[in-house]
Amino acid sequence: MSAPLDLPKWADTVLVPAISVVAAFLVAGLVVLGIGENPLSATRYLIQGSLGTGEGLGFTLFYMTDFIFVGLAVAVAYHAGLFNIGGEGQATLAGLGIALVLNNLTFLPGFLLIPLGILGAAAFGAAWAAVPGYLQAKRGSHIVITTIMFNWLASVLIVYLLVNVLREPQSMNPETRAFPEQSYIPFMHDVFAAFGIEIPASQLNLTLVVALAASYFVWLLIYRSRLGYAIRVVGSNPTAAVYAGISPARIIIVAMVISGALAGGLAVNELMGYQHRLLLEFTSGYGFVGIAVALMGRAHPVGIILASLLFGILYQGGAELAFEQPAITRDMVVVIGGIIILFAGALDGLFRRAVAHLFTRQKLARA
Amino acid sequence: MDLSSLVTVFDSALRLSIPLLAACLAGLWSERSGVVDIGLEGKMLVAAFAAAAAAYAFGSAWIGLVAGIGASVVFGLIHGFASISQRGNQIVSGVAINMLAAGLTAIVGNAWYGQGGRTPPLEGVQRFGDAIFGHSALVYIVLLAVPLTWFVLGRTRFGLRLRAVGENPAAVDTAGISVTGLRYTAVIIGGVLCGIGGTYLSVGQSAGFLPNMTAGKGFIALAALIFAKWRAWPALGACFLFGLLDAIAIRLQGISLPGIGEVPVQAIQALPYLMTVILLAGVIGKAIPPRAAGVPYVKER
Repeated sequence: MSAPLDLPKWADTVLVPAISVVAAFLVAGLVVLGIGENPLSATRYLIQGSLGTGEGLGFTLFYMTDFIFVGLAVAVAYHAGLFNIGGEGQATLAGLGIALVLNNLTFLPGFLLIPLGILGAAAFGAAWAAVPGYLQAKRGSHIVITTIMFNWLASVLIVYLLVNVLREPQSMNPETRAFPEQSYIPFMHDVFAAFGIEIPASQLNLTLVVALAASYFVWLLIYRSRLGYAIRVVGSNPTAAVYAGISPARIIIVAMVISGALAGGLAVNELMGYQHRLLLEFTSGYGFVGIAVALMGRAHPVGIILASLLFGILYQGGAELAFEQPAITRDMVVVIGGIIILFAGALDGLFRRAVAHLFTRQKLARA
Repeated sequence: MDLSSLVTVFDSALRLSIPLLAACLAGLWSERSGVVDIGLEGKMLVAAFAAAAAAYAFGSAWIGLVAGIGASVVFGLIHGFASISQRGNQIVSGVAINMLAAGLTAIVGNAWYGQGGRTPPLEGVQRFGDAIFGHSALVYIVLLAVPLTWFVLGRTRFGLRLRAVGENPAAVDTAGISVTGLRYTAVIIGGVLCGIGGTYLSVGQSAGFLPNMTAGKGFIALAALIFAKWRAWPALGACFLFGLLDAIAIRLQGISLPGIGEVPVQAIQALPYLMTVILLAGVIGKAIPPRAAGVPYVKER
């Protein structure tokens, strides 16, 4: 994307993203000042609300689970040179998959129903991503535009289904009936209680473990497998891939399928772990946060986990902050996300050049 | 449907297509110069907010328009700086613009007016009244932008150069014309058009700003742009078609058609997106974007 600059690896993977995050927070601080609030006390409430209490920490990790999934989804496509901004739509469809599986197989025991629900989420998310992937690979239609269109199609479709088809007749709300109880993914506080350890109750559930496992799986896939190698080759040089006997079209579709399945994890955490029914707009724009997470984490699972933690802190801390300083609503998190995407993504070259400049000066001084 | 209701539907289709058209032409200018712009939505949103806030503060719709255009151009320049000067990823920058706009308008609106992000209702001279045939001046400004865009891009030296930059920037550069300058000009023109579109939303069509009031119009405009194959007159047609679909959807709400039954509104709402996907798939015709769109220009050294 930018001209190759000679940077030590640690500077490239740690320093440059760190600088862009710091810069993003400085700009966010200016916004807080601009609306006449104190950024320092805001930061204190933010940290206190997200990490200061056990309950807060639980919620932080709950949001982190969401962001790990959408971040991984963006990252896998990114390695294949694709920009999947359809995480919202894929997660929405995954929610539909969950509802169809869970509410039609109510007779199954939990240990079968939960995996089936997760599979349903992955399958529906993958299918919704496969179509834009296919269109990109075989028909040359631009993945960005098609995934945007598929986001809107998904939101229209889900409204139609929830209002006209899936809604319970006696209910006024556009949502399905509650999932069967054995399909609930256990809350973390319940799991710990089973072992006699008491932790504060929160929305945090075992999906976090699935998210961490998925991160490991993605690391194995991208950096340690034949398929992952093919994905990275197609991403960096499709022509070379053809010479190496790799079919870019096939890889593009496969990468999108994996990406969509991962985006489905958001629905698993939100619906099977917490809401226990399918409802409108449960994705709450997290699909777009996934872009920030992936860019910040340099599309590497470890980076994504760290970036997800940061955004988890922002979302949970932001909710507490909105309570303490009502002028700073949770939209602040969206602003910070936007600035991070701008700095870590589009203006990446700016910081990279600045750092490179520093390094060459240092080298010259030493010589 | 009798004549009067036909006129009503036509009228509301025109109203609904104006913001689409403004954003679509903005995208046309930007992408014809080689800068992909998925931040149309965000620019319209900041413009809608700035326009409503300024119109309320100064008691004039026209000052609102200036503020709306100003805000939108500033966001356009951020996008321009990232994608032209810094040669960053234009899609990423567009996503950032959209998120920034959604977040900032909500926060600032809430901090200033404390009404959940809404601006106070506008009335009288704070709004664009119905000037001619029941439509406000903005409607005619946006409609006028169509022949203007067609003429400038198709018939003037500046326009031809701008289009050349979107197809083959190296050739333009060789001729001694600034690629950067042309692209920035295009981005600014796009900002002005989005500004007019956003202002129309909050100060013309409705009386005040609502959080997220663009509600995807920027993306429908993007669809219309592809549908129009990046040309001005077809853009008018595509935007009017999408506006008409919207008007019909509103009209048909809860009405049962003979022989078909009740048409779900969502089916009509989905049409613009669906048609764009089908068009892009090359099943009916082929939409080919400007060749250099989305590619940052690097001068050879």
